[in-house]
Order: sequence, then structure tokens, then C-alpha cells
Amino acid sequence: MKVSEIIEKLNLRVFGGEDGLQNEITGGYVSDLLSDVMGNADEGEVWVTLQTHKNVMAISSLKELAAVILVTDHEPDADMLEQANEEGIPVLGTEKSTFEVSGELYQLLK
Amino acid sequence: MQVKYQVEGGDFTSAGYASSQVKKLLKQLNVAPKVIKNVVVALYEAEVNIVAHAYRGVIEVELDPQKITLVLEDEGPGIPNIDLAMQEGFSTASPAVREMGFGAGMGLPNIKRNVDDMQLESQVDKGTRLTLIKFFNA
Ligand SMILES: Nc1ncnc2c1ncn2[C@@H]1O[C@H](COP(=O)(O)OP(=O)(O)O)[C@@H](O)[C@H]1O
Ligand SMILES: [Mg+2]
Repeated sequence: MKVSEIIEKLNLRVFGGEDGLQNEITGGYVSDLLSDVMGNADEGEVWVTLQTHKNVMAISSLKELAAVILVTDHEPDADMLEQANEEGIPVLGTEKSTFEVSGELYQLLK
Repeated sequence: MQVKYQVEGGDFTSAGYASSQVKKLLKQLNVAPKVIKNVVVALYEAEVNIVAHAYRGVIEVELDPQKITLVLEDEGPGIPNIDLAMQEGFSTASPAVREMGFGAGMGLPNIKRNVDDMQLESQVDKGTRLTLIKFFNA
């Protein structure tokens, strides 16, 4: 499944990183601890988090994640968004909680 | 081949720069993707440790045909008890750093898992030197 498809199916907001909308998704990872994501997430996964700073993009790029979903109406900091656009990694948003959006994402990807 | 990067303590906006440069370098050298992933995890955690815990540091990268050697040397408070620091979950990170999602105490264990050799030496009130080796054929 592509990032653009989950945007449509989960009704996600697109903040930036549109160059990566055709990225293929291999799975998801849910965490607000950066070392946890660094150590345990895999290439092609969608990262669900409430962290909104630039280091989220540094990690997404190093790990080659497919996209980031910010939960509960969180919005990316300006420098996070800037790096998302440079790297072409979509930053998406939802008003839903981590629990809800992860459950829906799991149903789509399993 | 040798490359050097400077790291400033407290500068979280630049954290990961050296890791992304080294990743590009290893890709150009056609190093196996799995090995690149391991190096990236270890170097990122080591880089962030200088940013989060020290005043300033230098990362020296040495590449030869069989392996990559990373030496991260910083001026900083040092580590009083290295065995304790190596334990999963141990962290002295500030509340502000924890709020950003750093400071889970998983960095040093992550590093150890991803390299073939890790040497951590430290002097309190002086600084810390971390030496990491990863073989390309592993
Ligand atoms: N370069 C360093 N200088 C001083 N202290 C360090 C350094 N690296 C690690 N430490 C100490 O070791 C602890 C554990 O490090 P780590 O496992 O990376 O966890 P974290 O960085 O999340 O706290 C740190 O909280 C800190 O007390
Ligand atoms: Mg650390």
C-alpha cells in the first residue's frame, strides 16, 4: 500500500513531504521515544508519534521510513516541516488518538 | 580514507548530520544495506550522546576495505560509572531532553547491539571517548 492510499482511507491531513506520497509502506511503528524508533523501526514503516521537532525527520531519513503520522492534532515545527520537504518524507496529521489511528492503520496493513 | 565532523553540545537541530553523511559515504562504497543500517543506528546514538550529555566533540571516521572505525571524543562531564551507563533504561538526561523523546537510556545498549566492537572510556569532568568498529562482511 502506498502513502497516498492511507491518506485517503484514514482521511489524513498532509503537512508536507509530498515528494514521498508514492512511497510503499511495509508496516508501522508506534513510539514517542526516539531511541526506540532508531533501534527497532524498519525501512518503509509509517511512524505514529506526537513528537513534532526536527529530530523526527533526521531519524525518518536515516531509517528510510515511508511517512510520519502526527496524532491528536499535533502540527510539525517549522524546521521539521522544512526537512520533510527537503527529504520528501510525508508528514501527515490526524485529530485521532494514537490508539485509534494505529488500530485503523493496522487493519489496513495486516 | 578519513573524515572528521564537529559536534556541539546542546545543538539538537544538527544532531544526525554526521550519521547522514557517513550513510551516504557507505552507500557510495556499496557496503551491504544491513551493515549500513547497523552503523547508522550506532553512530546516531553516539552523536546524540555528545549533543545531549557533553559540551563539544569530534567524530573521526576511518574507512578501510574491511571495516569502518568511528572514534567519538568529547569534552564533557564524563561518565562516573560505565557499567551503570550501559544498563538499559539508565539515563541522566534533563527533563527538557526527555520531553523531546530522548533520554530513554537505550542509546548505549543500541550501540553495543549494532557494532562488532565497542570501547567506552571516560574521565569525570574531562570527557568521554567511544570507539566503534563494524566489519563490512559481518
Ligand atoms: N558522551 C557522554 N558524556 C557524558 N555522559 C554520557 C555520554 N554518553 C552517555 N552518557 C551517560 O550515559 C547515560 C546512558 O546513555 P544512553 O544509553 O545513550 O541513554 P540516554 O542518552 O538516553 O540517557 C546517559 O544518560 C549519560 O549519563
Ligand atoms: Mg543516548
